[in-house]
Amino acid sequence: MSKLKMPVRSPSVDMTPMVDLFFLLLTFFMLTTSFRPQEAVQVDTPSSISEKKTPEKNLITLLISKDNKVYFNIDNGADSNSHMRSTLLKAIGDYYKISFTPQELKKFSTLSSFGLPIAKMKEWINASDQKVRDSLCASGIPTDSTANGSELQMWIHFARLTNPDAEAAIKGDFTSDYKVVKKVMDILQDKKINKFDLTTNMEKVEVKVKDIK
Amino acid sequence: MAEIIESGGGKKHGKKGRKSHGSTHVDMTPMVDLACLLLTFFMLTTAFSKPKVMEIVLPDKKPPTGEQPAVQKNKVVNVIIEDDKAFWYNGDAELDPTTKLPKLNVADFSKDGIRKVLLLRNKDLFLKIDEFTQQVLKGKLKLPADSVDKRLKQFKKEDKSGPIVLIKAGDNVKYGNLVNIIDEMAICNIARYAIIPITPQEKEMLVAAKALLPPTPVAKPVTK
Repeated sequence: MSKLKMPVRSPSVDMTPMVDLFFLLLTFFMLTTSFRPQEAVQVDTPSSISEKKTPEKNLITLLISKDNKVYFNIDNGADSNSHMRSTLLKAIGDYYKISFTPQELKKFSTLSSFGLPIAKMKEWINASDQKVRDSLCASGIPTDSTANGSELQMWIHFARLTNPDAEAAIKGDFTSDYKVVKKVMDILQDKKINKFDLTTNMEKVEVKVKDIK
Repeated sequence: MAEIIESGGGKKHGKKGRKSHGSTHVDMTPMVDLACLLLTFFMLTTAFSKPKVMEIVLPDKKPPTGEQPAVQKNKVVNVIIEDDKAFWYNGDAELDPTTKLPKLNVADFSKDGIRKVLLLRNKDLFLKIDEFTQQVLKGKLKLPADSVDKRLKQFKKEDKSGPIVLIKAGDNVKYGNLVNIIDEMAICNIARYAIIPITPQEKEMLVAAKALLPPTPVAKPVTK
């Protein structure tokens, strides 16, 4: 008996629809992604039921880490031509008699949050990589008041001068001490910022009416 | 990268003068690989949910001029946060005969903790707001979003029945607890609350109340 011969079929599958889908998804993700620059410190925010979104622009962020260090961040302003960070660094450099080169000012505007005394700022900007920067940021911004006010106070002061529209947000860690947060709030209030945001995670809480009847 | 595979096959020995027809099929595998890789990368790095913020407004540091409105004692609920717990007492609470200080009640930040205390005190306003929001959600009332907010604000402003909550922080308070208690205010629709410094008497009361608590080895704040 002769063997029954099966017709040989080509093993190739038409992948066009799959590839189409891949490209569609790829385009979608590429367009929706917005990269967040890495923060100087990892902060685990508490959760609340608030649904207000974080403003994307004109925001002074004060990060408070687990070990109660304060970090500062500000964005470049609503308009990419406004160069808020460079202007701020120049202003505060003039105040502390530290002159920054135009390259340093430019570099600073591309960086993110920091927490170090102003004296080390040059070193931080010119650091070769993120690891060196992080190690420089171990101390946080000094909050102890001196005769002219603490450095954090000056940062907020000049940030408000450079960008009068800026809102302040406190992004504290769940386990950071209230005392430190209070101190930061006091500094904000000294600078006439009585309304500010506390960054939180969203959570849903449902209260049933029958619970209280 | 793309390569044209001439596997049209078998035509190499075609007749003179006739061009061999190479297949127009392009190997797209490397391109698809790359697209897959990028797709995976973007899928994993995308963060969809933006962090939310809770707005708080503090009174100006300058002491207000002019006469300050007196607060009715029976409306006040004092909440002292300390050690991941909320200690509370009413403004018109009975004084302890020996210490001449009111006794502190202990609650936690769970569903049946301080929330229940506040909800019961704020029952009227809460029910009113709840009914209103339910109506809006179910579509019985059609209002633009900003006028819903306005109405809610008005409810809170007109409210006479709800408590006035005074939030005080002890010495050993974590930031998370402060957010928790402010969040409870939002959940319970408390119309009036303030964060004020703790008084020396309340510190004494806190020490006394803490002594009564059973010792707990838990030192880590617990998320709700």
